[in-house]
Amino acid sequence: MTYATQSNIPSLVGVGYKTQHIDDINTNSGTVKWLEIHAENYMADGGPLIKQLRHLRENFPISCHGVGLSIGGELPLDQDHLNRLKKLIDWLQPGLFSEHLAWSTHEGGFLNDLLPLPYNSSTVTRVADHIDQVQNTLGRQMLLENPSTYVAFKSTTMDEIDFLSDIVSRTGCGLLLDVNNVFVSGTNQDYSPEDYIDRFPVEHIGELHLGGHAEDMDDHGETLLIDSHDNPVVDPVWKLFDRLLARSGPKPTLVEWDNDIPDWQILESEASRATDALGRAA
Amino acid sequence: MSLSDFAPALLNVENPVPDGLVDPKGRPAGRRFDVYRNNVVHSLSEALASAYPVIQKLVGEDFFKSMANVFVRQFPPSSPLMFQFANEFPTFLETFPPVRHLPYLPDVARLERARRQCYSAADADPIDGTVLTGATPEQLMSARLSLHPSLRVVVSIYPIFTIWENNNNDIQKPLPTGGQDILISRPLDTVNMQTLPKGGADFLRALYENKTLAEATDIGSETDGFDLTSNISGLLAAQILIKTTM
Repeated sequence: MTYATQSNIPSLVGVGYKTQHIDDINTNSGTVKWLEIHAENYMADGGPLIKQLRHLRENFPISCHGVGLSIGGELPLDQDHLNRLKKLIDWLQPGLFSEHLAWSTHEGGFLNDLLPLPYNSSTVTRVADHIDQVQNTLGRQMLLENPSTYVAFKSTTMDEIDFLSDIVSRTGCGLLLDVNNVFVSGTNQDYSPEDYIDRFPVEHIGELHLGGHAEDMDDHGETLLIDSHDNPVVDPVWKLFDRLLARSGPKPTLVEWDNDIPDWQILESEASRATDALGRAA
Repeated sequence: MSLSDFAPALLNVENPVPDGLVDPKGRPAGRRFDVYRNNVVHSLSEALASAYPVIQKLVGEDFFKSMANVFVRQFPPSSPLMFQFANEFPTFLETFPPVRHLPYLPDVARLERARRQCYSAADADPIDGTVLTGATPEQLMSARLSLHPSLRVVVSIYPIFTIWENNNNDIQKPLPTGGQDILISRPLDTVNMQTLPKGGADFLRALYENKTLAEATDIGSETDGFDLTSNISGLLAAQILIKTTM
């Protein structure tokens, strides 16, 4: 079963919500038009965080980003977790819901990281089945996000765009394109981020992500980029963003900054730069 | 390869990098796999430190990090709800040989765990204590009191409240002799703590188990020096009364 896109998130700029910014958000100058929360942080029985979110949703469109469903995993989805997610989505009614093309849970438990999977005919079926299950449980469309990856699999037989396109046609889900992830994975996997952007099925994009990364090196002295979300967006990623927008037109765009969280003003200036780029593409 | 080779190799550095993982030129993944290893252990260690900041302060950051390296491999999270991660940490501290000379550590960790559970517990509106003052003594003693769902009690033979306060606030209050029992609650948005009078922990537990005030008083009185009035006023000061059934 497919679900229609139904979003109150404007094709403008939002930021990842961090509790330390609550006062700034309440008095923000208007650059930031919407907020994204991580679903798993709001699955407690109660408490001030949930109360704060109930208040925030009165003033901002909210997008919900899951980090724990393990959609790319070999295990069946955790039905308890899916039920908790449904409970949250039912009251929050977020404009968008997204999750990752990655896995995080195995027999031993939850690993708190977004881990990679090979792209081939058996994984594409499994991921599509998981997405069907998520969309049928939630009764709405979800967006699937392209990952940052550091290793390749010998068992991969499809490229990432073909994989994502196949998933979209099987499930009717939308896509969340993380532009930084394109740059990180392209560098790490030795493909051209520009070609990726030029081939991406932009008609299925429901949301864009921008974020910062860190730089490391592999055993052979090759650059290895790490998706750290602890830095400003770098110039090559801004360029890719412009390149994408020229094809796709403006889309809801999120600036993510999850570690070494900066002062609100710094986040706001990143948001402002993204707003300018969206304006040029309108 | 199966992802079930991938997961154990993340937490066990002695496991080889799984076969079938390569770089873009087809060479073995090597250090590239270590990025995932580092991410997993680093993110879990950070989560442990943010759940147990006073333990980190007590043992120092470097020691805490080494200890976290051991803990997160033994007790990775059982679910994606990270606010429930590391509930095993107090028990782990009881059995971790390098901290055996710090016997109060597990109870301080229990206090930190209780604070965290209290923070995300269900909400309820506290009621005004005057409902108790209007009742006859007979009504009062047969009443059952419903307590706030955020309520937690930690008992210890060590002065863990003062240890927590000193380290959390960078102060040097003299440590009292003997143990401290602590009531932790979040009637509104803030987690509050207060030390309990003698027998107070047993008294609260009895109320929590839906015993009458008379029965709870009997249970509290098994401890020498139990005083009903100071226990009731402590309960009202903590604003943890949400319903009375008389």
